[in-house]
Amino acid sequence: MPKLVIDGEEIEVPAGYTVFQACELAGKEIPHFCYHPRLNIAGNCRMCLVEIEKSPKPVASCAMPAAEGMVVHTDSPLVHKARKGVLEFLLINHPLDCPICDQGGECDLQDLTLFYGPDHSRFEENKRAVADKYLGPLVATHMTRCIHCTRCIRFLTEVAGVPELGGCWRGEHLEITNYIERALHSELQGNIIDLCPVGALNSKPYQYRARIWELKKTESIDVMDAVGSNIRVDARGNEVMRILPRLHEEVNEEWISDKTRFAYDGLKYRRLDVPMVRRDGRLVEASWREAFRTLVDRMGELPGERMAFVLGDLVDAESMVLVRELAERLGCPHVDCRQDGAKIEGRLRAEYLFNTTIAGIEQADFCLLVGTNPRWEAPLVNARLRKRWRMGGFRVARIGAPFDLTYPVEDIGEGPETLKAVAEGEHEICEALAKAERPMLVLGPGAVARADGAAVLALAHRISERFGLLGEGWNGYNLLHTAAARVAGLDLGLLPGEGGRDLAGILKGVEAGEIELVWLLGADEIEVSRLAGAFVIYQGTHGDRAAPVADLVLPGAAYTEKNATWVNLEGRPQHGRLAVFPPGEAREDWKILRAASEALGRTVPLDNIFAVRARMAELAPQLARIDSVTPAEWGGFGRRGRLTEAPFVSPIADFYLTNPIARASKVMRQCSAEILRPVNEKATGTHG
Amino acid sequence: MQVDQLARTVLWEELVRGFSLTLRYLFRRKVTLNYPYEKGPLSPRFRGEHALRRYPNGEERCIACKLCEAICPAQAITIESEPRPDGSRRTTRYDIDMTKCIYCGFCEEACPVDAIVEGPNFEFAAETREELFYTKEKLLENGERWEREIAMRLEADAPYR
Repeated sequence: MPKLVIDGEEIEVPAGYTVFQACELAGKEIPHFCYHPRLNIAGNCRMCLVEIEKSPKPVASCAMPAAEGMVVHTDSPLVHKARKGVLEFLLINHPLDCPICDQGGECDLQDLTLFYGPDHSRFEENKRAVADKYLGPLVATHMTRCIHCTRCIRFLTEVAGVPELGGCWRGEHLEITNYIERALHSELQGNIIDLCPVGALNSKPYQYRARIWELKKTESIDVMDAVGSNIRVDARGNEVMRILPRLHEEVNEEWISDKTRFAYDGLKYRRLDVPMVRRDGRLVEASWREAFRTLVDRMGELPGERMAFVLGDLVDAESMVLVRELAERLGCPHVDCRQDGAKIEGRLRAEYLFNTTIAGIEQADFCLLVGTNPRWEAPLVNARLRKRWRMGGFRVARIGAPFDLTYPVEDIGEGPETLKAVAEGEHEICEALAKAERPMLVLGPGAVARADGAAVLALAHRISERFGLLGEGWNGYNLLHTAAARVAGLDLGLLPGEGGRDLAGILKGVEAGEIELVWLLGADEIEVSRLAGAFVIYQGTHGDRAAPVADLVLPGAAYTEKNATWVNLEGRPQHGRLAVFPPGEAREDWKILRAASEALGRTVPLDNIFAVRARMAELAPQLARIDSVTPAEWGGFGRRGRLTEAPFVSPIADFYLTNPIARASKVMRQCSAEILRPVNEKATGTHG
Repeated sequence: MQVDQLARTVLWEELVRGFSLTLRYLFRRKVTLNYPYEKGPLSPRFRGEHALRRYPNGEERCIACKLCEAICPAQAITIESEPRPDGSRRTTRYDIDMTKCIYCGFCEEACPVDAIVEGPNFEFAAETREELFYTKEKLLENGERWEREIAMRLEADAPYR
């Protein structure tokens, strides 16, 4: 632990700290552009110069290890002079186009120029101009503004694992480029927009549309995947203008996936903003009163076992409390929150949680991926796995379809038979698994959402107990969800009750005429054509797959439009907050359900959000502990049964189009077309 | 004392003094103007009706930086922007609510490209409120109508800026 003196104060810092980090620890702010705590040190902007006694020149503090007995000055005349000089050089080739730059108002260079910048330019020659590069539909470039901090290169190479950007030429001629101009192939590429300290990389969908000072910032939670990334929703008026990440070390660090960041334009298109009733085969607009009258006509007299509730991927926990209460009062046992058909029993929390936790991945030393493609199912979990791999001493094996996860993975098989071999200790990977101190197993939706899902769960259970995945303070068994609603649904017990049917049973029941009414709460990813025989109530936000077959449409609020709770795959409840109001006649979902219960004469006595949350805490006490993970107790789960031979396949065929909001988004469609299916790829001449 | 008072009253001293003042002004130069046929001089810094200017080649100056919107103390300006098909940053909407505007001239001062200016025109009274909600078209039209005068005034005032 070296001791050093910073501006006259003695401070002891952990070994391996740089002078920059020591200064931060001492509370001194050092201006910087290229330094970023989560990226490798580059030391090329020279803005963080400090004076160290006995050193002949000012020293770049970000690249200088703190050493015993150093005497550092961060505020001396020499330091100021050095910083002023560096900034003047940076400004030599930086255009003065702040008024048309999207970074204006939140720009590091602008801020630092205020303190260290010259008031006029002494540079009389021509400024450098650089051609803009094409980086795909998400990142807009203005390369003349680039100050060559290389944060974007380092992020894509290190964190995202897609080394598609690099520097060409040298000195003043350095250009950040992807050389072959085509879209970047990373699902974390949006983060380079935040990392860019100037306006060289901007968000293309947000380009020129708003200014930072006119946006209302709301801290919320993302629902595009089950990670529960912390986000900030920036809105102007009643329109979401952009979405940015918020720091949460245990969930998303400071990154978010592109779907989280760019799918917000889907909130504008194809919205259900007025109740609709089917008359003469067509959906016509109606008032809430008429909608509820239709609801009561069809549902009032219907016995509970002839109706069913299916819940979608984006539903909040409050609405699920109401569904549970309403189904109970209606005597309806056919409730299912697993619209993907996963064979999760839900009796035991440990069965369906990501028990290791996302931050816990960093402690693991072996990982077995089963039927999962974390890169698409949960990009930030994949980023953590890559972060762990970069630390060294981490082995990843996979049973399932091969896919480039940005780190080396040993493919040991594709189907359940390999899993069985591992469970029985007959596979060669078992040796490594047994030797590992903190092994982890990640079971994906591709492994459990299939007919033999229960048997796969039983095998995973056996592996967990047999190979020491459950140690002191360590639980290496993980189920990776793709839906933001799933864990809350399972926690609240939204599963078939006594004699109830699961989704497959409900669909069969509809076809057999045993179920006459199906209430879909945002459930679009099911075989909607099989619901033709029933009266379908669709409550949700978008006219996506289910609304066209519905007989009654109740417009709900999307995730940016309500105060609600979501539980992420670790079992961490978090509050999302209202950023804009729902469009038109749309209402918050729990309120719709509450009103429907009253219309049906089976009032659920939960009149405000606090009452709903109090009931939620009664049903599942862990959901009241906001932003904390309650560890789950281990037990038995899964059911031994016959395994099929079909290989594990991830259910996500298209990363960008997984939910109704993303499917309505023009940007996501563009990404899907351009990044996943590059049809317009130009021939390079050497491509064969 | 009383004699003095009496003499003034009898001789109508106040009346005479009053009429003499009136008579004197009859021979002085007139200070009133026969508005609207005559108008007084205006300073180049006069802050009248707003106008959006164009460059000599016809390109609109405004780049949608929204600084005028931000500085406006009366929040009279509303701007929406979008990339134009050629990729440049332009407004799709530039509204000034002239009933809110307090004619402080901050918008003109904040503008980095001299696009929004307060021209010499002060005769834009209207019969309805709606006519005073200026749109981008109206402001650009103002700019075209007043461009010569605005340019002259800006030039005259340039040394002091």
